[in-house]
Amino acid sequence: MNSHVMKLPFAFLFLLASLPLPARADLSKPLEALRGVQKEGQGNAEASKAWQEITKADASNLPEVLKGMNAANPLAENWLRAAVGVIADEALKAKKMPVEALVTFLKDSSNSPGARVVAFDLIQRADAKLAESLTPTLINDVSSELRRHPVAKLIETGDKALAAKEQTAAVLAYRKGLDGARDEDQIKTLAKKLRDLGQEVDLPTHFGFLMSWKLIAPFSNADRGGFDTVYPPEKELKFDAVYEGKGKEAKWVEFTSKDEYGKIDFNKPFGMEKSVTGYAATDFISAEDRPAEIRIGCKNGWKVWLNGELLFARDEYHRGAKLDQYKLPCQLKKGKNTLLVKCCQNEQTEQWTVEWEFQLRVCDATGTAIVAKN
Amino acid sequence: MKTTLVLAFGLSLSSLAHADWLQFRGPNAAAVSTEAKAPEDQLKIAWTADLPGRGLSAPIVVGDKVFVTCSSGPGQETLHVFCFNAKDGSKRWERAMRATGRTMSHTKTCVAANTPCSDGERVFALFSSNDLFAFDLDGNLLWLRGLTFDYPNASNSLGMSQSPVVIGNTLVVQSENDAESFAAGLDVATGMNKWKLERPKAANWTSATLLKGVAALQSSKGILGVDPDTGKTVWNYEDGASTIPSSVVSGDLIYAVSKGITALAPEKGSVTQLWRNEKLNPGTASPLVLGDHLYVVNGAGVLIKASVKNGDEAWKLRLKGPFSGSPVAAGKRIHIVNERGIFQTIDPAAPEGKVTQEIELKETVLTTPAISDGALYVRSDAKLWKLQ
Repeated sequence: MNSHVMKLPFAFLFLLASLPLPARADLSKPLEALRGVQKEGQGNAEASKAWQEITKADASNLPEVLKGMNAANPLAENWLRAAVGVIADEALKAKKMPVEALVTFLKDSSNSPGARVVAFDLIQRADAKLAESLTPTLINDVSSELRRHPVAKLIETGDKALAAKEQTAAVLAYRKGLDGARDEDQIKTLAKKLRDLGQEVDLPTHFGFLMSWKLIAPFSNADRGGFDTVYPPEKELKFDAVYEGKGKEAKWVEFTSKDEYGKIDFNKPFGMEKSVTGYAATDFISAEDRPAEIRIGCKNGWKVWLNGELLFARDEYHRGAKLDQYKLPCQLKKGKNTLLVKCCQNEQTEQWTVEWEFQLRVCDATGTAIVAKN
Repeated sequence: MKTTLVLAFGLSLSSLAHADWLQFRGPNAAAVSTEAKAPEDQLKIAWTADLPGRGLSAPIVVGDKVFVTCSSGPGQETLHVFCFNAKDGSKRWERAMRATGRTMSHTKTCVAANTPCSDGERVFALFSSNDLFAFDLDGNLLWLRGLTFDYPNASNSLGMSQSPVVIGNTLVVQSENDAESFAAGLDVATGMNKWKLERPKAANWTSATLLKGVAALQSSKGILGVDPDTGKTVWNYEDGASTIPSSVVSGDLIYAVSKGITALAPEKGSVTQLWRNEKLNPGTASPLVLGDHLYVVNGAGVLIKASVKNGDEAWKLRLKGPFSGSPVAAGKRIHIVNERGIFQTIDPAAPEGKVTQEIELKETVLTTPAISDGALYVRSDAKLWKLQ
């Protein structure tokens, strides 16, 4: 043992033992343990020990811990996010936040959007001015959350220009903001500001709503049984076929939504029916094979199939609907992709249970519309 | 000797010098403090702490630590767990995670709607997104679950608010909704399922109550008593119950929010109905029992006092409503905060009941206070107050 250490008082040795691990500790194994957590608590026991080890690491390890979030499942991301928080709190107190390394991490778009959001937050906490200077570079970021900062800044810029009666500059700022915006609240704000200035805004195109469908109804949904009943459109898509429906014939009709939020309203062609099931079908011509998200908002029971594969089913009625309520990751194939939506209405009669509709858009994981070739 | 020990233990339970407030509505989820030291009559704001996000979850208190959850961000995706010093409101630690489940809710509620709970060593924070985190009291993450990540249809588009409870080594969580409805008993040490029960497919915002070591799970169908270790049915009351206000336990009885209030004596394998008063209709607030009386706040903001023996009404007192949070009691006083942030103290022993103090907190308050060490803790979307 080193003779100097021998002379150190016991209390100091104790203090030394409780200090953070040396800089650039090897965290590969504990990070692996956090990334290994799975459903139903699998891996929690190992992760708990690993988390303790990681949180003792020096701030210089922050980029490595953030990197652990790349391609991690959302549960592992949360283990890592909480660990980053603990290390960052200590780093901020000690004024040792590795800001430069975090900026490099943020700028590398191969890192996961979730980890880059955390990196930006840390930069903001350590050096707000630097974070603000980085903001304009995030307008086309793959993270919709990071885009919020430059979009908010452009709204502010537009408002200032308008106050100074510089309408052209205001329109430019708002238009640039709208092009970058992916969140509904910012899009709504910008659309209103542009329209107030006499500008045209095409929200269905911006969002990528599918507006034209073939609809068929009414099949029965008595006692909510229609949800799991396999009606003919689930077996075949014959648009000239006529089937026995609930009290009347069920046949396909063409429907194009005029709603700028792309609502496909079954009540319009079929009347305000109750305890019924309807289907909507459309084709989406994709320019390439690619990953995508089908995002649906619906307050009725629903199922969505893409090219015959069930993506998700939801048996809930009239608890509310909103844009992008459900995000369904999927794979588009080059050429024709057929979408089928089942939309069930229940027996409730209250005024707020009238809606029998859905809205659906096709986009990437950022929320950027994927434009169909048809 | 044995009798003396049991008696001594019973006395210490009924009147503790300092007691923690470990879950929604405190000891046994009964909303009544078990401390000898009740809050003073003329309360003042002792301290205020700022919160960064919304919350309908109530604070809980473990020793000298106050725990609160919040949700923030454009879609309420950021989930916060805070630990404050009870003495001065200073922050001991904060952890921020991200929702893995759905965060949509009615605008009145939010993702931090479920009150956290504790077994005295760990804090369990459940959110409407079905994200569940276990921390030790120093903020070390012990385990986590994403219950919608595990069970993808378990969510409610209006938001969920069922608060978990700990019984022995089991954390009982409920995620009861229209689509994939369940209750589960999790190992407090690992978060792994000990059992999982299918529950009625219907939205439910009530929280479990505790009766003689049994978890009483309320739903539109009634109240199911389950063994927390196994999830097996101990007793089952099947005459329907509310899906918003929760029932209350006192002694060996449950005063069920069922067709008004129905007093029940559950035993293994059976439930005896003692009385029912259909005029005792709680609004959103859950009832409480103090001494020989039951107190119900109806939808019009009227506090009703009734006998626990037969449900007969004693008096009605109009409070300043409306209320989303529930009343709590300590000593001889009942406390409640209305949605406009008016904290009200009631003397229920006064002939017609009497409001003895009001404090204007000047914030929207949609939650239930906690009581510990002679103080009350109240939270809004932006603040946490200690009243003493």
